[in-house]
Amino acid sequence: MDANTAYLTQNTPENVHTVEHPLSGGKTLEEILSNIEMTIIEEKEEHLIIDLVGIEAPIANALRRIMLSEVPTMAIEDINLWQNTSVIPDEVLAHRIGLIPIDADPRLFKFKHPNEEHSSENCICFKLHAVCRRLEDGSIVGDKVMSGDLQWQPFPNQQERFGHFKPVHDDIIIAKLGPGQEIEAELFCEKGIGATHTKWSPVCTASYRLAPKITLKKEIAGENAINLKNKCPMGVFDVKKGKAVVKNPRNCTSCRECIREDDSMVSLAKVKDHFIFTIETTGALSPRDIFREAIKELRDKAAFWLDKINIYKRTPKS
Amino acid sequence: MSQNSHQEQNLLIPAFLQLRGLVKQHIDSYDYFLTTDIKQIVSSPSNCCVLSDYNPDFYLKYKDIRVLMPSIEEDAVISSITPHECRLRDLTYAAPIEVDIEYIKGNKIICRSGLEIGMMPIMLGCCNCVLRNKSEEELAKMLECPYDPRGYFIIKGVEKVILIQEQASKNRIIVEIDSKNNVVAQVTSSTHEKKSRTVVQSKGSKIYMKHNTLSEDIPIAIVFKALGVQADQEIFQLVGTQKQYIDALGMSLQECSILNILTEKQALRFIGSKIKNSKAAKTGRTKIEEARDVLATVVLSHVPCENYDFRAKIRYLGIMVRKVIDAMNDPKKVDDRDYYGNKRLELAGQLVGLLFEDLFKRFNSDIKKHVDKIFSKPKSSKGEPFDVITAMNKKMITEGLNNAISTGNWSLKRFKMERAGVTEVLSRLSYMSALGMMTRINSQFEKTRKISGPRSLQGSQFGMICPSDTPEGESCGLVKTLALTTHITIDQPEEQISKLAFSLGVEDASLFSGDELYSPGVFRVFLNGQPLGVHRDADFLINSLREIRRKGKISEFVSVVKVEEEQQIHIACDGGRLTRPFIIIEKCKSKVEPKHIKELTLGLRNFDDFVNEGLVEYLDVNEENNAVIAMRHENISEDTTHLEIDPFTILGCVAGLIPYPHHNQSPRNTYQCAMGKQALGIIGYNQFLRVDTVLYLLAYSQTPMVRTKTIEIVNYDKLPAGHNASVAVMSYSGYDIEDAIILNKASSERGFGRSLIVKRQNSDLRRYNNGLSDRLVMPPVIHGDNPPPSIKKFHALDKGGIVAVGSIVQTGDVLVNKETPVNKVDDIEMSKLTDNDFKPSFTCFKGPNPTQVNRLFIACNPEEPFLIKTVTIETRPPELGDKFSSRHGQKGVVGLIVQQEDMPFNEQGWCPDMIMNPHGFPSRMTVGKLIELVAGKSGVFQGKFKYGTAFAGDKVIDCGEILVKNGFNYTGKDVLMCGTSGELVGAYIFSGPLYYQKLKHMVADKMHARAIGPKTALTRQPTEGRAREGGLRLGEMERDCLIGYGAASLIQERLMYSSDVFIASVCESCGNLGYEQWCQFCKSRLNIVKVKMPYACKLLFQELQAMNIRPKLNLSSS
Ligand code: SF4
Repeated sequence: MDANTAYLTQNTPENVHTVEHPLSGGKTLEEILSNIEMTIIEEKEEHLIIDLVGIEAPIANALRRIMLSEVPTMAIEDINLWQNTSVIPDEVLAHRIGLIPIDADPRLFKFKHPNEEHSSENCICFKLHAVCRRLEDGSIVGDKVMSGDLQWQPFPNQQERFGHFKPVHDDIIIAKLGPGQEIEAELFCEKGIGATHTKWSPVCTASYRLAPKITLKKEIAGENAINLKNKCPMGVFDVKKGKAVVKNPRNCTSCRECIREDDSMVSLAKVKDHFIFTIETTGALSPRDIFREAIKELRDKAAFWLDKINIYKRTPKS
Repeated sequence: MSQNSHQEQNLLIPAFLQLRGLVKQHIDSYDYFLTTDIKQIVSSPSNCCVLSDYNPDFYLKYKDIRVLMPSIEEDAVISSITPHECRLRDLTYAAPIEVDIEYIKGNKIICRSGLEIGMMPIMLGCCNCVLRNKSEEELAKMLECPYDPRGYFIIKGVEKVILIQEQASKNRIIVEIDSKNNVVAQVTSSTHEKKSRTVVQSKGSKIYMKHNTLSEDIPIAIVFKALGVQADQEIFQLVGTQKQYIDALGMSLQECSILNILTEKQALRFIGSKIKNSKAAKTGRTKIEEARDVLATVVLSHVPCENYDFRAKIRYLGIMVRKVIDAMNDPKKVDDRDYYGNKRLELAGQLVGLLFEDLFKRFNSDIKKHVDKIFSKPKSSKGEPFDVITAMNKKMITEGLNNAISTGNWSLKRFKMERAGVTEVLSRLSYMSALGMMTRINSQFEKTRKISGPRSLQGSQFGMICPSDTPEGESCGLVKTLALTTHITIDQPEEQISKLAFSLGVEDASLFSGDELYSPGVFRVFLNGQPLGVHRDADFLINSLREIRRKGKISEFVSVVKVEEEQQIHIACDGGRLTRPFIIIEKCKSKVEPKHIKELTLGLRNFDDFVNEGLVEYLDVNEENNAVIAMRHENISEDTTHLEIDPFTILGCVAGLIPYPHHNQSPRNTYQCAMGKQALGIIGYNQFLRVDTVLYLLAYSQTPMVRTKTIEIVNYDKLPAGHNASVAVMSYSGYDIEDAIILNKASSERGFGRSLIVKRQNSDLRRYNNGLSDRLVMPPVIHGDNPPPSIKKFHALDKGGIVAVGSIVQTGDVLVNKETPVNKVDDIEMSKLTDNDFKPSFTCFKGPNPTQVNRLFIACNPEEPFLIKTVTIETRPPELGDKFSSRHGQKGVVGLIVQQEDMPFNEQGWCPDMIMNPHGFPSRMTVGKLIELVAGKSGVFQGKFKYGTAFAGDKVIDCGEILVKNGFNYTGKDVLMCGTSGELVGAYIFSGPLYYQKLKHMVADKMHARAIGPKTALTRQPTEGRAREGGLRLGEMERDCLIGYGAASLIQERLMYSSDVFIASVCESCGNLGYEQWCQFCKSRLNIVKVKMPYACKLLFQELQAMNIRPKLNLSSS
């Protein structure tokens, strides 16, 4: 059994834990660092897939956790609700509005202290005024209140400095109105982190999976090979020259269908230091920026603790 | 038939329920009352006219009675009202009762039509309700939810349900064995006028008749003799001439001759001497006459007896005796009391009918009293002649009905009946709880009695009464719920049926001698328990009656039953029987064919057409015994007569929510039935327009991923109560022991389990007898940021003195700044009062958390001129300790709320909303929950709802295949990564969506602690209970622990110093309690010492003294 491999057997995953210290394998820190590899597999506006090889689970996990909850964004925090005659109760409406992702680079803003005023430095202000009317011809206008109805109310010189702010999506339904109903509100965005409230989380989700390692335990040919190929829903296997081969191991979703009835043919395994990250952004930051910010945050944390350790080391023991 | 067409036939159920709704039984019965029964009551000879004892010319005759549409009279203007207006304004949804009368005024006959005699509460949805047959849009205009079940009343703004009452059937002979091992045949006779119980009983080898009016048991032969059967042979013939009957009767006949009673007169005299509370002396009648009267009117009063023609009664008694003898010889002949064929369910219509008749009789007797008083006085020749209308008290009927419905106390004078708990407030906790209440059956049995019979499941309730839905604990099995398709019959006129029976060859029993009645091959025919006659060809009669019923010529609810063993045919058309529809099978073929179903889907036919064309028919519990019913198409054999429409209908509407209930351990389904009613959700489309005291709502309620047919039929998919939670079944952190669940913080921040608590607080400005009234005052002006609490509590008020909509209030904040005049007695003019003449009496907000004022409601009604209702809405995200439950009786509290990044996640990045501990499964055996998860997960990938209908539903195999196709594990177990360590989780985790309900038990409503606080006035001990900010009791058992441990000082501290310590003055010389250093007994202050004791102890001494017991305190210093 390879310490760097976890095996998916019929009933349970095996060898999942890493108990040794990374340096216990006789490698030096430099060797470990030089072995780290990072490849971007796919980069789109809304998501990013990265391969990270050669790091340990705690580091990869730290990155994931920071992306979820510690990279700051802007989100609506305070609402002055002047009018709400819709069917949605005030607090539910406020909750809904709070969850709308705002397209604003949080790095341009400061965190707002509880007893600080809203200012151009720490706040983006929007206005929402939606009225639903029945026109003379009987048609109804304004029955849907969308996130696109939020109007930016720039603080003095915000416009010059930052350009334009708006919600990421224009088509999120906030509320539905009937004729004569009205919502009027003033909304204030603040900078915050996901650990406080998920509305500040920059990602829809950021997660990773371990790279699959699929091997055939024996030569599979003929009928069996075709069966195996058909069994896998993700098209991992193929038949070449009458023999089964592993074609697309990365497609594997660990469904274990190929070993469900008979586990003598395929060995399913996971490489424990190969992480395939998927980062989906809510839109405020690009996924690449989120990842970068997360690394920065992790580095800052490390530096903070290094500092602490150094201070501790320097203090004479009594 | 193929699987396909079998499924199609299920469409009949929605069609059936669409037509009738879930509460048709209530509405039908009330319709019957309003249209038919009320007219019968008023036209019955004992009610239809009022005469005077003093003026033979006078009469008042009721010619007709009607109930109009609901309306209200305000300031002499009559306007129609909607139910919602009644709820909002605390009015009664009632309609005027109008009568047409004819009476004598002076010496003229006067006819009046349309005279109002009172107001009749109107059941929502009945024929006199404005909501009847209204489209969804019209209902919306009346602010009514289209899915509201209706079938309840609104009395003073409160929704009241008259629960279905279960009773043993009336006018039927039931044979039982009593505690002394005697055979007892009893019959409860019930007519409009009287109710009485007649018992024929064996005692040793003799047979007696027992009756409430008779002080002693009467030997049966004497009864026969008194009824005019003189010859012993005739008695034998009435009962049966076979050996066993003669043997059994022998002893009883002998008794006759021992007592030397041989003639009718002697027998009557004998009975006459046994009558309780005999009025013979008063009325001057002889004992014989009185005895004959009792026999004619009281004994077996439901058997008609005109002009002392006892023949029908004699035959009836003969049958009873025969039954007793049969049961003596064969214990199998004893009836089962719990058998549903012997039970009748009383509905709102019948109950209100009884009440109305009672009130109407009282109304008439009041008129009579009044009239008699007028006519007994010497006539004053001048002035207007007396008009009887002035003697009518409209309020009596109105208030009698309203009081009964709002308190639930049914007291009927003429039956000496007092029943409590007939009505209940309609529970609006959730849509399901309202539905459940409308289909609930209350049993008359005492809850305390430890009997298992009436509580246990009965074979005959199959399909009629839900086997799962019953509460746990004391009323288990006594409170039941109707199954989905059960219908309760209403009374049908008997005449038509009896005529039909006679024309089909039933021969009148009076033409036969007793002996011939019992000859083999002859079937005795009974209509509603009354002997009608005999028929020599039972099958012909039964088949033709059924044929006629299927043709729709007589009511579809008439049942015809052949009881082979007893050679009896029972025809029933009475009300309160349980029936349900079946598909008719003829010659192994279902009469419902695919083409019919097609027409149904096209809307070309409805369920009634199926009944009218004889494709589907209703069977009651008794007739089910004559039918061979196939459960499914596959089971049809040669003998099959009927086919179940769908097996899932054996469950009621609440149990119908459970997906795959047939895979669960049975008690789990019962638990879910109790919890489904506590789940927060949407209670109706008009939920934010209602002003209930408390409403619990869920902010983002979701329709379940795994549905059942019942869910769609009862519209639970439109008014759901719960969330499709992503659940991972694994252990996590140890905060999930004992069924606790782990919640994802991010999920709850995104709206999972977020509930709204809508509360209403009333405050009315009263008007007092002296013409003064409460007033609203402007609140004090608040200066500065930190005002004192006494001023700060006014912060939410408007200038008008009422709270501002939108403001946030906390406990103790004033909602309505009201002042009451100090002087409520003397006549003073309002304008002359100064501020000092008023004292504040504001309404304060009660509630644990800061809450927003959502709406204000100001109204008036005839009783309250100025009614202010404040509606607040509190939003509550789930917190530690809130109770959640799946639909499988698996409840758990939130044990820990975890950051999203700490939650495990799968390869796609999915992470659960909730983690449930796998230990919940083995002992509960809720396999249905496992299947729900797999089905739900597969449905998610397919983009389709899955079905977990009872005894059907999507197969696990198919769901597993779908999972595999989408790259998931066949069994629903995924590879998960741990959120804290980042490594793989060392097991495959069963994960997917499960429907979770948030239950109403929330920590915020229950959390309570106190240091010091209020005390009760009498004992000076801390108050009890959270509502009164009470102390936490150190009870006997806790005290025992401390005693055992020997912590004496702690006990003293807890029980005295922290509770009701009191320094009493005690006189050392006499041992009495003193007061303020003075002993009244010794008249001295010399020997007074101070003693610390509990105030309750001091109180006890004083109370003992008041009873002339002198507790003496002997003091010594340690
Ligand atoms: S685990 Fe599933 S996806 Fe992976 S190779 Fe086997 S069958 Fe294919």
